[in-house]
Amino acid sequence: MMASARPTFQPGDAVRIQRRHHEGHHRTPAYLKGQRGIVDHVMDEARNPETLAYGQDGTPRIRVYQVRFTQRELWPSPAGGPKDSLHFDVFEHWLEHAD
Amino acid sequence: MSDHSHEDAHRGASLEFEIIETAMRELLIEKGIVSEAELQRQEEEDEKKTPENGARIVAKFWSDPTFRERALADGKAAAAETGLDMNVAPDLVFLENTPSLHHVTVCTLCSCSPTFVLGPPPSWYKGTVYRKRVVRDPRGALKEFGTELPEGVEVRVVDVTTETRYLVIPVRPSGSEGMSEEELARLVNRESMFGVRLADSP
Repeated sequence: MMASARPTFQPGDAVRIQRRHHEGHHRTPAYLKGQRGIVDHVMDEARNPETLAYGQDGTPRIRVYQVRFTQRELWPSPAGGPKDSLHFDVFEHWLEHAD
Repeated sequence: MSDHSHEDAHRGASLEFEIIETAMRELLIEKGIVSEAELQRQEEEDEKKTPENGARIVAKFWSDPTFRERALADGKAAAAETGLDMNVAPDLVFLENTPSLHHVTVCTLCSCSPTFVLGPPPSWYKGTVYRKRVVRDPRGALKEFGTELPEGVEVRVVDVTTETRYLVIPVRPSGSEGMSEEELARLVNRESMFGVRLADSP
């Protein structure tokens, strides 16, 4: 069972949202694919929406992380202050380590 | 395409969905999968889900420091404490706004929101204009709601993508010292719990 597994990513880790196409339902917004962020905190495991959407039970559950982006890195010509940020919850299989 | 025909197209689509919904509902009843009484009960349950529930939680959060601590540790349990049935609700996390950090929520992929404590999401929350703009230019989007924040405040957009739901706790307005929870709850407008507005001034 995955529940006891140590999370692959830790708070403070630099990560990138995988830039890949996924046929069918998934919860990774296109505007964040390929973007670099920092793991803010590790969340519980959750049912996988990619199988849950098709009548399965969404197991095995997958670790979720809240990842933090700075607005100024996210957009080519950002509006707003230097500290402005964006957080989103992402399933582990959409993350990879970044520099 | 003018706005007008766009609206007409929307109306056409919603009428079509209404017909599908009615047909589906009648079939489910006819086949004995659900009963009319069960649907009625569910509708009554749904009608109890209103922004007043969220406002009561915010007021308690402001007035009771031990409740605040419990709410930050386990949002769902704290909501249940205020008398809400949270048995089948998803996880709930409170985002506490402060003078230096302002949260605003959006669901760019659809319209996920904490319906158990706020009721159905407002139409602006479901609309593509807000969903596209608030991630790209949060301060500009907030301005359209009449909310202007100082440059020094961190604006943090939270894009809701999993089953965890987020409710913003607005900053307690000045001049509200000494008010009862009931009075405070009346200052908590629905939009402030999404972070697009501030709480009302007393």
